[in-house]
Amino acid sequence: MGELDINVGKLKKNAFRVSKVRGETAARIRIPGGVIDAKAMSRIVGIAEKYGNGSIDITNRQGIEIPGIDLHDVDRVNAEVQAVIDAVGTNQTERGKGYPSSGTRNVIACPGARLCPFGCYDTTELARKMEAQIFPNDRHVKIDFTGCSNDCAKVRMSDVGVIGMTEPQYNPDRCVTCEQCVNYCRRRSVGALSVVNGKIVRDTKKCVGCGVCITYCPTRAWTRSREHYFRIVLLGRTGKKNPRLAQDFIKWADEDTVLKIGKNVYAFIEEYIDPNAVEHKEHIGYIVDRVGFEEFKKWILEGVELGPKAEVSQTVYWGGKRYDE
Amino acid sequence: MGYVLGSDGFGRVVGRLLETYRIYAPVVKTGAGRFTDTDVVMYDEVHSAEEIELLKKSDYSFKEFLTPLSETLFFYTEEQVKEADLPDKPVLIFLRSCDMHAVRRLDQMYLANGSAGDWFYARRRKLVKFALIGCSQSFDNCFCASMGSNETKDGYIFSVDVRDGKIWSDVKDEALATVFAESAEREETVVPLHVTENKIRVRIPDTFTPDILKNPMWDEYTTRCIGCGRCNFVCPTCTCWTMQDVSYTDNGRVGERRRVASSCMVDGFTTVAGGAQYRKTQGERMRFKVMHKIYDFRRRFGYDMCVGCGRCDDVCPEYISYSNIIKKAAAIAESGEEEKA
Repeated sequence: MGELDINVGKLKKNAFRVSKVRGETAARIRIPGGVIDAKAMSRIVGIAEKYGNGSIDITNRQGIEIPGIDLHDVDRVNAEVQAVIDAVGTNQTERGKGYPSSGTRNVIACPGARLCPFGCYDTTELARKMEAQIFPNDRHVKIDFTGCSNDCAKVRMSDVGVIGMTEPQYNPDRCVTCEQCVNYCRRRSVGALSVVNGKIVRDTKKCVGCGVCITYCPTRAWTRSREHYFRIVLLGRTGKKNPRLAQDFIKWADEDTVLKIGKNVYAFIEEYIDPNAVEHKEHIGYIVDRVGFEEFKKWILEGVELGPKAEVSQTVYWGGKRYDE
Repeated sequence: MGYVLGSDGFGRVVGRLLETYRIYAPVVKTGAGRFTDTDVVMYDEVHSAEEIELLKKSDYSFKEFLTPLSETLFFYTEEQVKEADLPDKPVLIFLRSCDMHAVRRLDQMYLANGSAGDWFYARRRKLVKFALIGCSQSFDNCFCASMGSNETKDGYIFSVDVRDGKIWSDVKDEALATVFAESAEREETVVPLHVTENKIRVRIPDTFTPDILKNPMWDEYTTRCIGCGRCNFVCPTCTCWTMQDVSYTDNGRVGERRRVASSCMVDGFTTVAGGAQYRKTQGERMRFKVMHKIYDFRRRFGYDMCVGCGRCDDVCPEYISYSNIIKKAAAIAESGEEEKA
């Protein structure tokens, strides 16, 4: 066993964890959108058996960590991880050298419309599109996608959270006033529907675009909008100082807006991050706390052409618990 | 007379037919399914041959023209009442054999059940002619052969089979001979395609004893069925409706009477004055529906109501199989178990 002289900063950027067990590391695998083909998964299993301790960690953010790797094996593991990187399609700067950065976290997606009856769009596909334009990047940003207002992906804990919406389309000629939409909306959603003269009226202010009325309509009186819409929520976080839920920014946003905002947060960070931050890390929510939401809003809306239905919050207030005051 | 047409020739035929008819046919409604980016095949008015879906089974039936899900019957204001307008242009409906057999059931219920026919149904029915879509294969859940609805020999003005990308038509209406001859590639004797067997087979017993009504076989549907009524709304033979008298909100002295489709599976169907319900549980409602389709209707009219299209099984969100219920009921009837129950 050769002597260990490791540049820990570079090791971490290369997506290896510094383990509490001296001499050991864990390799981190990105799986944007949470879906990986079975063959690539078997490669990961192979690496864990050959270089790790035979176990695999499923991470909180739908990634994988292979623990128990000898720090001497980092290059060999990177060589074998290449097949996984190729299968997933992760952006890379140099082949065979593993991941070029680790700051930007794996992009999360719930199963969405691929599997789930309530999903309003293909979450994995959009997560992969987002990954393609934000990775690699050293900035610590969490972007999450969830298919509907149930928010099973818990995007309200992320910096940029994307919640699928559909705009219910009503055809009164197909409505028989069975009232299942009204009842399911009341019991499973927000109670935005009521009956007026034997037909259904939707309170557009209340409606969250979850699509429950559509899923339960037995006659196709309610159908989904051709367009997929999104609610974009901003700057939720966990952590020591001020954990808080992300707050609504744009309702009825389109896909282009989602992707542009995801990209724009990085330019804002480059401009305003504290140059003296510990380990060069300052979480974006705390930067916005310093700089102000108005400035942040200006930066993230740069180049965004809002769709005709988009409703943008003029200002946003966050709550949460403050432990640092 | 029979003809073989290319798709362009069929397009020209439909173009000519549109001069005479409003055409209703199965149409793929992109993105209109329950779930995101799923389609549904439903009946709608079409304006070209390309819109007509000849290969897939429709999720909803043709009956929506004859018995609309929601139809304004008349308007009223103070002392006057006026029936809602209905365009008097003849209507051509494209449908499959099972649905042709369903027409007889609808006519039976609306025109020949009791002393008076239904005026609003009759005025629609008068406008309608049919074009038969041949079936080259049985679809999922079909059991038409068991119900004797797999073949249709008359009642249509022409048929359309899709065979190797060509349209084969048996033209019964002599007035249409020129229209087809002009656009056809050749003449040919055509017998519309039909299936002779399905993967699903049911056998309906000649009779049931009243004990079947109390058999515990219905109980499981009290917990499994959610009472959404989809099975009724897609059924080509279900005819139940309810009335809505609506007074307009701006002026309550003006309003309309609507007839909307109803369902024996949904809450409220058997609710009577005072709030009592004849069939409270979904199990009781399932029993009523199934026995009506395979027994009660036959006792009154001499043939079964169900045509075996299987749309109810296609659409059930809880994966309840109506054809399997028939099999269970038949097994009980034939084993004599019902006498013991």
